[in-house]
Order: sequence, then C-alpha cells, then structure tokens
Amino acid sequence: MTKRELFYRHTGMVRALHWINALCLLVMLMSGLQIFNAHPALYWGQISNFDHPFVSLFGEQDNAGHIVKGVTQIGHWQFNTTGLFGASYEDGQLTARGFPDWVTLPGPQWLAMGRLWHFFFAWILVINGLAFITYALVKQHAQKDLFPTRADIRHIGREILDHLRLRFPKGEAAKRYNALQKIAYFTVIFVLGPLIVLTGLTMSPTMDSVFPGLLWVFGGRQSARTIHFICAFSFLGFFIIHIVMVVLSGTWNNLRSMITGWYAIEPDEKETSHG
Amino acid sequence: MADANRGTRRGFLGAAAAGAGTLLLSGCRGLSETHWFPKVLDSAEGLTKRIQRLFAGSWSLAPEYSKADLSPVFKANGTLNPGTTAYNMAAADNFRDWRIPVSGLVKNPFVMSLNDLRAFPSRTQITRHDCVEGWSCIGEWTGAPLRLILDKADPLPKARYVVFYCADPMSDNGDYYYESLDLIEACHPQTILAYEMNGQPLAIPHGAPVRLRCERQLGYKHAKYVERIELVESFAHINGGKGGYWEDQGYTWWAGI
Repeated sequence: MTKRELFYRHTGMVRALHWINALCLLVMLMSGLQIFNAHPALYWGQISNFDHPFVSLFGEQDNAGHIVKGVTQIGHWQFNTTGLFGASYEDGQLTARGFPDWVTLPGPQWLAMGRLWHFFFAWILVINGLAFITYALVKQHAQKDLFPTRADIRHIGREILDHLRLRFPKGEAAKRYNALQKIAYFTVIFVLGPLIVLTGLTMSPTMDSVFPGLLWVFGGRQSARTIHFICAFSFLGFFIIHIVMVVLSGTWNNLRSMITGWYAIEPDEKETSHG
Repeated sequence: MADANRGTRRGFLGAAAAGAGTLLLSGCRGLSETHWFPKVLDSAEGLTKRIQRLFAGSWSLAPEYSKADLSPVFKANGTLNPGTTAYNMAAADNFRDWRIPVSGLVKNPFVMSLNDLRAFPSRTQITRHDCVEGWSCIGEWTGAPLRLILDKADPLPKARYVVFYCADPMSDNGDYYYESLDLIEACHPQTILAYEMNGQPLAIPHGAPVRLRCERQLGYKHAKYVERIELVESFAHINGGKGGYWEDQGYTWWAGI
C-alpha cells in the first residue's frame, strides 16, 4: 500500500489573499443586507416604480398598527415569511425589516454604520481581488489551475456524476482542480467579482457622471442595484456549496491546506495496482 | 505520536475558526459602538472622495433624461412640511417675502428675493435623484446655477465651503436642516438653486420655495427650504461640526456613492 502523500497545494500568498477575501465577503454581504434594509425592495430600470417592485420585503400591520406579518413579494406572488424576511424579531418584538438582525451588520437598523463598513471593506476587497488576479496571472496560477480547458469541458458529465455520488478524486487527479471546481472558481473570480464591483459603482451618482455607459450596460441604476443583489446572493450560493464541498471532501485536510499549504492525498488504488 | 500531534493541530484550527467566528459576529455591533472603530472605517471616505474626484473632476456631468423618463410619482423624503409659524406664514403668502442672504467669506454679501433668483439665467435639467436608502426618481428641475450666485457674491480666497441653512426643524432642540458643498461641487454646472419642479413652482414636500440640486451627490445633499447661504473656511464650528444634518448623525460628508 502506498503511503498518504502530503502535497504543497496553496502558496502563502494565495492563502493570505483567500482569508482576507473570505473576511471581506462576509462583511460585505452582512453590511450590504443592512443597507438593503433601508429600502427593502428591488426594481428594474432607471427609477423605482414604487407600486411595482420586482422584489419587496415588507411588514404588514394590524388595525392597531402592530406588525403582525412579514411578507416576501416576488413579482405577483406573495409569501408569508414572518420571522425571517419582511418582519422579524428584534429584542423579542416583531419589527418590520427586510432581513433579520442576525444577518445584518450591525444588527440594529443603522444605515450610516452599514455604509461605513461596506465602503471600507469594499476597498480592501477590491485591492485584495486585484492583488490575487495579478498574482494568479503573473505566476501562471490562473492559466494552469483555474482556466477550464477543452478536456475539462469534455469530462464535465462524468464529473457531475462523480460529485453527485460524492466520489472525490484521489492520487494524481487530486492535485488538480476538476472541471466543476475550475468553472466555479473562474466564474466567481472573473465574472461575479467584476460584475458586483461594476454594479456597485453604477449605484454611485458621481461614477455615473464619469461612466454613463455603465447605466446603459446594466439597464439603469435600479437594474444595477438588482443585479448587485443577485450577485451577492450568487456569492452566498457559491459560499454555501464551497463550505459543503470542503466538509464532504475532508474538512480538516482542506482547512489545513488553506492555512499551512499542505494537503494530504489519499493513494488511488488503481494507480498503485499498476505498480 | 503523529496522531496526537494531529489532534492538537486540529484542536488549534478548530479553536481558531470558532474564535474568529465568535469575534466577528459578536464584535461587529460592539465595534460599531466604540469611539475609535467607526473612525477607522471612516478613513475610507477620504480615499473614496479623492479617487472619485480624480475621475470626475469639476466637469463630469450627471446623466440627463427626457420627459418620457420622468417618475410618475416623485417620492418626497425627509421633511414634508417644515410647519413652523414663520414658514406657514411665508407659504400662505406664496413666499413673496422669502429672502436668502448670501454672506460669510465674500466680498459682496447680498440678500436675494425669489425674483432676484429668477432674474439669473436659468438652467432646466431632467436628472435622477438617488436616495441614500437606495431608491431613485427622475424629475425636471429649473433654477439658477449656484456658480452665478457665488460669482456675484465674489468669495474671498479663504472660502472653501458653501453652507446651506434650511427652514425645516429636525427636532425640538432648535436644530435645523443644513448641508454643505465644497467649491468644486458648488460651481458644477448642474448645481442649481431650483425653484421649479416638472414645470411647476416647487411644492412644499419638495422644498418650496428653493432647494439645492447637486446632481453628482446622493439625495441628502440636496437641501430643501434653503433660507440662508454662507461661505466658510471650515464647518467644524457649525452644529455637530460634520457639515450637514445627516453628516452629524454619522453619514459621510462625501455623498458621491
């Protein structure tokens, strides 16, 4: 039997940038939800058509003016989401607020402070992201490890099946990212990342005066806000799948490799039987 | 031995992860309430302003729209009616005696009536109003470019900011709405003292008789019910010292994003 092999998977630079990025994304998401709560509705186009939001989270009052129900409205559909969206408990009191206080930063409704967090960490996120992209391109990390190849695309059906069966690569194959990983990382870094930054800038009236083309590209400021929000939730979706895959394919091994760089590779039985 | 080591390492990694998570979740609210941490966060405001100004300069124009783009309902926000005795009397009289003194660090202080304001060459612009809360409305504004008013007042070299004092009280403590712009934003071609909206005299919820429009900035900069204009070197001595009512409540002075 071949021994378990320790493989140096992530360089110090990648590890550092990864964790700074993780912290930034968490702060950006939570402070972003705080900002969203100041007007928990999304629209399409340049302006807010208040009577016809695309998505709206609101609280319904009874005759005495107490909030009794949280409603999530998507297009024409309404869902009762009391306790989670539209109205949730703040210090034991059902309060009208888009997202609940345990996912917003800071917890209580405090737009000015949410904006301070958001725009401070936005700079760190952008500087960190540019540092990663520069590093990955210069060191060929992107070209070698992140850009999906034709072969990756050909094998994608097989890999989806393997993922569904929770069968993860061993031996030599474990030293590379598989096609699904490459597509996920590539999309998040080179599509979602730039998109969320550009839609964020489109919400800035000063930046719109410099690059009015941004408004044209995204179909208006309110569309840009909606796309920004969709991007944020795509990031959240990526984050959840990322954590689930980390756990399923070996929490400690993965975590160690992103902290110390070293990743343990289980021998592939087929490879060893070949001698 | 190796296993024992791995155990300790796992323990350490686990504790580190749990520690970081707890710190983050419980720390954010606490950090927000400290004296120093918001100052650290606020340091980004200067960077944002500098970089945005680098791109925008004094010349970049906010997009202008057509009449077809006008919001069917333009949301009025903040004060909807100042409701003070003086204001109610002025409103009942159609603001005929409304006077706006222009003073402070200027060579030629003067007092403007609404007729004086209307006598300046006017500018009409259909622009998008972006509230800090996240919503937008499009409206048509007519008014006098602030630059022409400042030219007439002839600012002294020391003057750096234009402060707008408003007629709407924000509490029972005698504090009124106010705002400030630096001279770059004040002299911008789309910065006007508007007296008409969508072709009609400005309505009370929108700041009658005169409001500021500074189209590259968020809504809270667009002071309504303007009743006095002052040029200053610094706004540190005015009210909370942050240059505006919402700025004193913790919002950034730079409202370009």
